[in-house]
Amino acid sequence: MLETIWFAIWGVAWAVYFLLDGFDLGLGTLFPFIAKTESDKRIMVNAMGPFWDGNEVWLITAGGVTFAAFPTAYAVMFSSLYTPLMLLLFALILRGVAFEFRGKVDSAAWRKLWDCCLVFGSFLPAFLLGVAFANLFAGIPVDQDGVLHGNLLTLLNPYGLAGGVFFVTAFIHHGALWLAVKSEGELRERARKLAFKLWFVALVAAVAFLALTWIYTPLWQNLFTRPVFLALPALAVLGLVASPILSRLGKAWWAWGSSGLFIAMATLFGVAGVFPNIVGSSLDPAASVTAFNSASSTLTLEIMLGVVLAFLPVVIAYQAWVYVKFGGTINQESVDEGPSY
Amino acid sequence: MPQGTAKLTKKSQNAKPITRAPPSRKESIVDALILSRLQFAVTTYFHFLFVPLTLGLSFLVAIFETAYVRSRDEDWRKATKFFGKLFLINFAVGVVTGITLEFQFGTNWANYAKYVGDIFGSLLAVEATVAFFLESTFIAVWFFGWKKLTPKFHCVTIWIVAISSNISAFWILVANAWMQHPTGYVLRNGRAELSNFVDVVTQKFAILEFVHTVGGAWILGGFFVLGVSAWHIARKSHVSVFTKTFRVAAVWTLVFCVFEMFQGHLNAEILGSTQPTKLAAMESHWETSGDVPMYLLAWPDEQNEKNAFQALPIPGLMSFLVHYNPHGQVAGLKDVPRQDRPPVLPVYLSFRAMVGLGILLFWIAVWAFWKRDSIEKQTKLLKILPWMIPLPYLVNQLGWTVAELGRQPWIVYGLMRTEQGVSKIDAIQVATSLGAFFLVYALLGSVDFYLLWTYARKGPLPESHPTSTKA
Ligand code: HDD
Ligand code: HEM
Ligand code: HEM
Repeated sequence: MLETIWFAIWGVAWAVYFLLDGFDLGLGTLFPFIAKTESDKRIMVNAMGPFWDGNEVWLITAGGVTFAAFPTAYAVMFSSLYTPLMLLLFALILRGVAFEFRGKVDSAAWRKLWDCCLVFGSFLPAFLLGVAFANLFAGIPVDQDGVLHGNLLTLLNPYGLAGGVFFVTAFIHHGALWLAVKSEGELRERARKLAFKLWFVALVAAVAFLALTWIYTPLWQNLFTRPVFLALPALAVLGLVASPILSRLGKAWWAWGSSGLFIAMATLFGVAGVFPNIVGSSLDPAASVTAFNSASSTLTLEIMLGVVLAFLPVVIAYQAWVYVKFGGTINQESVDEGPSY
Repeated sequence: MPQGTAKLTKKSQNAKPITRAPPSRKESIVDALILSRLQFAVTTYFHFLFVPLTLGLSFLVAIFETAYVRSRDEDWRKATKFFGKLFLINFAVGVVTGITLEFQFGTNWANYAKYVGDIFGSLLAVEATVAFFLESTFIAVWFFGWKKLTPKFHCVTIWIVAISSNISAFWILVANAWMQHPTGYVLRNGRAELSNFVDVVTQKFAILEFVHTVGGAWILGGFFVLGVSAWHIARKSHVSVFTKTFRVAAVWTLVFCVFEMFQGHLNAEILGSTQPTKLAAMESHWETSGDVPMYLLAWPDEQNEKNAFQALPIPGLMSFLVHYNPHGQVAGLKDVPRQDRPPVLPVYLSFRAMVGLGILLFWIAVWAFWKRDSIEKQTKLLKILPWMIPLPYLVNQLGWTVAELGRQPWIVYGLMRTEQGVSKIDAIQVATSLGAFFLVYALLGSVDFYLLWTYARKGPLPESHPTSTKA
C-alpha cells in the first residue's frame, strides 16, 4: 500500500514539474519565433523571471522522491539513461545562467550568446524528457543488474522520438499561452495567434503519440483493466480541447490552466499505465524495476510520507501566492523600470 | 573489521563490508571508477565555489536590509541592492551546479544509491521539500518584489532566503555526515536500512560538520564584504555606504573566525573515536602510542610507513587535543592495512593549510575589527583586504579535501568501499561528460567571476537596468 501511495506521489511530482516548467521550457523554445525586438525579448524573459527557478525545484524533488522512495529505480533509471540525463543537465545549466547573465553586459553579441543558450537549454530538456518518458513507458533494454544494453541511439527509437515531439509541442503551446497571460497589446495578440496554430500541431502530435502508445506499449491494455483510470486520458483530452475555446473567450489564465491540465493528465495517464513498473525492461519482464521491488523500507516510506504531507501543501500554497502576486501583465515600461532581468 | 575502525558504533561493528560479484567488464569499470571520482570531485569543488558565498552573504544582505527598514537611511538601501546584486550573480551558478550533484548519485554511483538510498536518498528529498523550494521561490520574490511588497515584508523575504539556504546546508551535511559516520541503520535486504531517523539527524558528527561548514561559509561572506568595501573606500567611492558595511562585516567576520577555530577543534577531536584513520592521516601519525606530540613540521613517507622528516614537536599536544590528557593513546595509520588508508600526503597538507590559513584569517579579522572606526585612514589595510577574498575560498576547499579524501577508501566509512559504489557504465560516457563539465564549468566560472568582478567595482548603480532603452 505504502509503495502504491509513493508511486502516486512520484507520478504527481513529475506531472507538476511538467505542468509548471513546461511553460518555461516552451516559451524559451519559442523565443526566436515570437520576439521581434529587444523589448519583446526582455518581456518574454521577465514573464518567466519570478517563476522558473521555483518550477525547476519540482524536477529536483521528483528526482529526490525517486531516490528516497525507490532507490533501486533511481539507480537504474539514472545510470541507464546516463547520456540523455547529462545532456539534460548541461541544457538546464545553460538555461539557468542565461536568465541571470543575458542582461548583465550591454552588448548585442553577449545577449545573442545567452539567448542561444536559453533556446537550446529550453528545447533540449523538453525533447529529452519526452524521449526518456516514452522509453520508460515502452520499457528499455536493461538486464537484471540494471545495466543498459544499448546507447543513446537505442533510446532514439521511433516511439521515443514521438515522445520527444509530443512533449515539445505540448510545451510550446503551453508557453505561448503563458505569454498571452503575461504580456499586453500587440505582443499578446501575436502570442495568442501563435497558440492557436500551435494547438493544431500539439493536437496532431498528441493523437499520433497516443496511437503509437497503443502499438508500442501495454499502457492502454493496463488501463482497461482498471477503468477508473481512463478518466486521466479523458481529462487530458478535455484540457486540450477546452484551451483554445477559453482563449477565444478571452480567458487567458483559464486557457493556460486548461493546457496545464492536459500536460499533467497526460503524464499521469502514462504513469498509471505503467504501474507498478518504474523502469520496465524490454529484455526480460523479470528484470523490470517496480514500485514493489525497488522501494525503501517501511520506516523510511512512513517518515517521508509525513514530511511530504506536512511540507508540500505549504510549498504549493506559497508558490500559488507567488503566481497570484506576480501574475499581472508586464510591458516595456514595467520591465525598464522595475527590477527585471 | 580493521582495527582502526573498532571504535565505530555498535551496529557498524557487526556490519561486514559488502562484497560484490566481480564486474563483468572489469577494465571498463575501473576506468569508470576513476573518471567518476574525478567528475564528482570537479563538480563538487565547483559547486562549493558558489555555495559559501550564498550561505554567508545572504545573512549580511539581510542585516543590511534590516538596517534600512529600521533607519530608512538610503545608504543601507544602496548597500542592500549592491551586495544583493552580487549575491544573485553568485546564486545563479550555485543553483545550476547543485542539480548536477543531485543526479550524479544515480548516474555515476548507482550501486551506492541502491545500497544507502533508504537513508541518504530521503535526506536529499527532505532537503528539496523543506529548503530548496523556499530559497528558490523567495529569492525571486525578493528580487522582483521591491515595488510589490511593503518594505518590512520585503525584508522578511531575504531572511527567508538566508535561513532556508542554511537549512539546505543542514540537510546535505547530515547526509554527508552519515557517509562519514553511519548511524541509525541496520543491514537488511542487502542494504543499509533506516532504523532510527532521529539518530541520523541529530548525531554529534552531523551537528559538528554543519556548524563548521556554515561557519566557514559565513567567514567567507564576511571577507567578501570587507574586501569589496575596502576597495571602494580606498578609492573614495560611496564612502558613507561602504564604511557602514565594513563595520558590520568586521564584527561579523571576527566573531566567526574565533568561533571557527575553537569549534574546528571539536571536529578533530570527534574523529579520534569516529574516523581514527582520517585523524592519523591528518597528523601523519603512524604508530599507535600514548604521549603523542604534535610536530609543527613533518613530511609523510607513505612507502616506508613513517615520516621522512619531522621536527619541532610540542610534547603531548596531540594526545591532549584528542583526550584532554597529554598521555592519551592515539591510533596510528599502521593499525589498518595499507589498502584501508587514505592518501596521507594530500590529507595531511590540506589539514595543515586549512588550520594555518584559518589562523591567518583570524589575525586579519582582528586587524580589521580593531581599525573599523577609522578605516578610511588605514591605507595598508585597505590595500590588503581585497586580496584576502580568495583565501577563505581556498580554506573551504581545503577543508572538504580533508573531510572527503580522508574518508577514502570508503564511500560510506567502514561499510562500503568507493569502488563498490560506482555504476556499471561505459567509461567512454563518463569521459565525455567529464570533458564537457570541464569545458562548461571553466566557461561559466570565468563568466561568473568576471561579472562579480565588474559589478563589484561598479559600486552602487542608479536603479535602471543596464540594457534599458532609457539608459
Ligand atoms: C554547505 C552547503 C552545501 C553543500 C555541502 C552542498 N550544497 Fe548544494 N546548495 C547549497 C548548499 C550546499 C545552497 C547554499 O543551498 C545552494 C547553493 C547556491 C544556491 O542557490 O543554493 C545549493 C544549491 C543546490 C541545488 C539547487 C537548488 C535550487 O534550485 O535551489 C541542488 C540540487 C543541490 N545544491 C544539491 C547538492 C548536492 C546533491 C550536494 C552534495 C554533493 C550539495 N548540493 C552540496
Ligand atoms: C561541497 C563540498 C564538497 C566537496 C568540495 C567535496 C569533495 C569531494 C572530493 C574531492 C571527492 C573525491 C575524493 C576522491 O575521489 O578521492 C568527493 C567524493 C565524494 N563525495 Fe564529496 N565533497 C563535498 C560535499 C559532499 C557532500 C555534501 C556529499 C554527500 C551528500 C558528498 C559525497 C561524495 C561522494 C558520493 C563522493 C564519491 C565517492 C568518493 O570518491 O568518495 N560530498 N567529494
Ligand atoms: C583554524 C582552525 C580549524 C580547525 C582546527 C579545523 C578543523 C577541521 C577538521 C578537523 C575538519 C575535518 C572534519 C571531518 O573530516 O569531518 C575540518 C573540515 C572543514 N573545514 Fe576546518 N578547521 C579550522 C578552520 C577552518 C576555516 C577557517 C574554514 C573556512 C573558512 C574551514 C572550513 C572547513 C570545511 C568547509 C571543512 C569540511 C566540512 C567538514 O568536515 O566540516 N576550517 N576542519
